[in-house]
Amino acid sequence: MMQTVLAVTAVILSLAAAGAIIRISRGPSLLDRVLASDVLLAILGAALCIDMAVNRHLNNLMLLVALSIVGFIGSVTVARFVADRREQANES
Amino acid sequence: MNPEASVVDNVIDTVSAVFLVVGALMSLAAAVGLLRFPDLLSRMHAATKPQVLGLFLLLAAIGLQMRTWWVWPALLVAWIFQLLTVPVSAHMVGRAGYRTKHLHRELLSSDELDAVVQKAAQSARDDSSRDEADDGGRRD
Amino acid sequence: MSRRRISLRQELPLLVWLVIVWGALWQDFSPGSLLFGALLAVLVARMFYLPPVEVSGRFNILHAVPFALRFLGRVAAASVEVMYLAAVRGPRVISSVVAVPLRSHQDLMVTATGHVISLIPGSLVVEVDRSTSTLYLHGLNVSSPEEVENLRREVRSIEAGLIRIMGSREELEAIRQEAAA
Repeated sequence: MMQTVLAVTAVILSLAAAGAIIRISRGPSLLDRVLASDVLLAILGAALCIDMAVNRHLNNLMLLVALSIVGFIGSVTVARFVADRREQANES
Repeated sequence: MNPEASVVDNVIDTVSAVFLVVGALMSLAAAVGLLRFPDLLSRMHAATKPQVLGLFLLLAAIGLQMRTWWVWPALLVAWIFQLLTVPVSAHMVGRAGYRTKHLHRELLSSDELDAVVQKAAQSARDDSSRDEADDGGRRD
Repeated sequence: MSRRRISLRQELPLLVWLVIVWGALWQDFSPGSLLFGALLAVLVARMFYLPPVEVSGRFNILHAVPFALRFLGRVAAASVEVMYLAAVRGPRVISSVVAVPLRSHQDLMVTATGHVISLIPGSLVVEVDRSTSTLYLHGLNVSSPEEVENLRREVRSIEAGLIRIMGSREELEAIRQEAAA
């Protein structure tokens, strides 16, 4: 049964990743792209989780935590940068 | 193995299989929302929130599959890390999006922040000192 | 540069959290491992100084458990709702930005309320005014004044729940009076 679950979730996650990638390439603004790449990272995390659940190991758990922290730092940094640059542009 | 244990095993397997599929569907929901919503702020709802439930379900499925108690604290820590980080990054992106006018006014039925922003900008123009203009450490 | 001394009681939640993280990272909750973790936690808290968080010192577990369960239920229901909106309404969804004044003026309570609100799909904190402790939320699919009022009431009830868990005594008293009135 786990093999069918693996196949089904693989299809679902591939579709989701495709959607996120389309948004990354199309996204009208930088923030849209950041958001979409965040989602892509979350989908990768979901894939790691499913691997752990199906194969019954915990090797990826810390990778998962690291992944969420990388995503957090990345999006916060970009958001900060975008806001600051626009504000300076308005003032000058 | 006695039959009773295998029945329990089957139930646990089924529950975790359902959790896995629903968790993956949450990722798909995020992607669909990302593609279909019209502006940045509504996309953000779709992108960040279903992940919270999705990761919860996936981690619960791992916990069920491992069948040992000591994985639960580790899984809980992983989930709490996500709970702490997701709103902060969503807020930062949303704030940057609002400030850089990435939203479509016609999609908002009411905007109670707009008046406040206008007033702050007005007083910033009136007041030469920057510190007083920014109401109360919003820019930290 | 003089640092304000932090009392051990104020620091305790941080230390406990660090020890739990340590144990979870090693997946080993034996006493020796926890002791070493506690040692490291004290060391980290001393070396990497953070401004102290003002905690009230109350924590009501009897209110915390139902609150957590309700929170999970809300997240599940609202996730499905956002999924439905994404699939069916899509580009025609109407939102609004709502100002919600909070009762509490403590940073911790405002932050916690903002976190819980952001985690429940359908609402997102856009801006925080710390001086008046007002949250500006972006509500998905909120178009009529009644829905705005609903969202506001919901946020206030979440804040009330959080105050019951870990708010100060004065705030708790205010909540009680409000409920009685």
